[in-house]
Amino acid sequence: MSRGGTPPDLTRHEPADPRSPQGDRGSRILAPLRAEGARGVAIAVLSTLVFFTLATVAVLNSSGWPEIKQAFFDGEIFREAFPKILEKFTRNVVIFLSAEGLVLVLALLLAVLRNLTGPVFFPLRLIATAYTDLFRAVPTILVIALLGFGAPALRLKGVPNSDMFWAIVALTLVYSAYVAEVYRAGIESVHPSQVASARALGLSRRKTLRFVVLPQAVRRVIPPLLNDFIGLQKDSALVAFLGFTEGLRQAQIIQFENFDFTPYVALALVYVVITIPQARFVDWLVARDRRRRQAAIGV
Amino acid sequence: MSVNGAALVIEGLHKSFGRLEVLKGIDLSVAEHEVVCLIGASGSGKSTMLRCVNLLEPIDRGRIFVEGDEITARGVDVNRIRQRIGIVFQAFNLFPHMSVMRNVTLGPMEALGMPREDAEDRGLGLLERFGLADKRDDYPDRLSGGQQQRVAIVRALAMQPDLMLLDEVTSALDPELVAEVLNVIRELAEGGMTMVIATHEMGFARDIARRILFLDEGVILEEGPPEQIFSSPREPRTQRFLQSIIEAGRM
Repeated sequence: MSRGGTPPDLTRHEPADPRSPQGDRGSRILAPLRAEGARGVAIAVLSTLVFFTLATVAVLNSSGWPEIKQAFFDGEIFREAFPKILEKFTRNVVIFLSAEGLVLVLALLLAVLRNLTGPVFFPLRLIATAYTDLFRAVPTILVIALLGFGAPALRLKGVPNSDMFWAIVALTLVYSAYVAEVYRAGIESVHPSQVASARALGLSRRKTLRFVVLPQAVRRVIPPLLNDFIGLQKDSALVAFLGFTEGLRQAQIIQFENFDFTPYVALALVYVVITIPQARFVDWLVARDRRRRQAAIGV
Repeated sequence: MSVNGAALVIEGLHKSFGRLEVLKGIDLSVAEHEVVCLIGASGSGKSTMLRCVNLLEPIDRGRIFVEGDEITARGVDVNRIRQRIGIVFQAFNLFPHMSVMRNVTLGPMEALGMPREDAEDRGLGLLERFGLADKRDDYPDRLSGGQQQRVAIVRALAMQPDLMLLDEVTSALDPELVAEVLNVIRELAEGGMTMVIATHEMGFARDIARRILFLDEGVILEEGPPEQIFSSPREPRTQRFLQSIIEAGRM
């Protein structure tokens, strides 16, 4: 999961835990350098400079570069498009933040239903299982189309026909299926002896779940849950398919006006800027959990 | 065997896991304030017996009475029963996401419905009694194994149980931490707590128990006062077991 490793500047500010083993703290890219010392660092800096200078010169002098620059990296179009895209991107933000809030609740409900024991609850377990299977099987864009085009077409009373509403519903339905599985893995990772201890005190099943199992499960699943949320945020662009003017649709409109793809690059930049810090934060959480687990084992 | 007047009575307890019969007819009566130690090899059924008494394992046959009430009867409220029986496990099993105080007050507050202040007063009293008051706000991972196990004992005591079951509570501890936990149990015994203790600490069992039960292959093969069991065991299997313990230097 932590493919990129952990940026050292984040971990360094952590208060040092005397029990945590040193090492494995910095990034996987930089760690081998540290082992080689000053000479290694000097060689790395030099070779990096030479490599990227040569690469830049090669790209800028290649025969197709002016056309590429004009089509994708047109500064003037960028300056014009970026504020407009950013303005419409706030709609994506509303969509994904709303969906994330709803997913947290619906997914937890599904996970708890799936973990109910006892024959009486079989239908509930069945529904929860069928739900997660179904919504992980159907492509997200199809669910968005089905609800976004389909539901308003029914012209039912009281059914909203706002694209944004159905986009939120569709993303919530799809991502709840994924996050429910994440929660479920977390619930199952809590050791049975924890349940035995709580039940031995005379706590009911429900109170055991609420006070002992879920708090531990939720803590453990925060990193994979945030990863799913990054996916959800990116998938908010699929709403453009409904013709709803969010970030991607706005970029497309400007592209049509100028016959130029720079607006897409501008939007991509927005996604990169909001997504990478979150991915790094997840990496940091994973690394911190690993350290804590090692510390706990060391006791 | 009189059901009334005894703290715990077990009659003809049978328990199997799949095809493996772990308990093959256990009969036992424990008087109020009595301390009984269960000894026997690993796999002889000590832990299973304690877990059955706390209804953590469903039993196949037999009956169990606590303070005269049959807890294995149909339709009993298992949560109410467990509130009367404290159990402490080999692996501490504290709740890692809760402070020491919250570990101790969870049962009284959520199972007994006690208000927070009352539960904390009771918890603090117990923590003070066992020298843990300064750890009240710490989380379990900051404590030594011995401290964790003492907190686990306090957590069980906070429910003011009629009966305590201790399942090899020192087996997971480093040798230097064993004494502090055994001292807590000694104090409980002196306070008159009725206890059934599964243990490998033979010296401790000899000191503290009024009666020793030797469990072998799912039955109580031999029982008697510690002087008799440890100095002149009748059964050859008891003799062999004690001999192996002496050879291992654990007595």
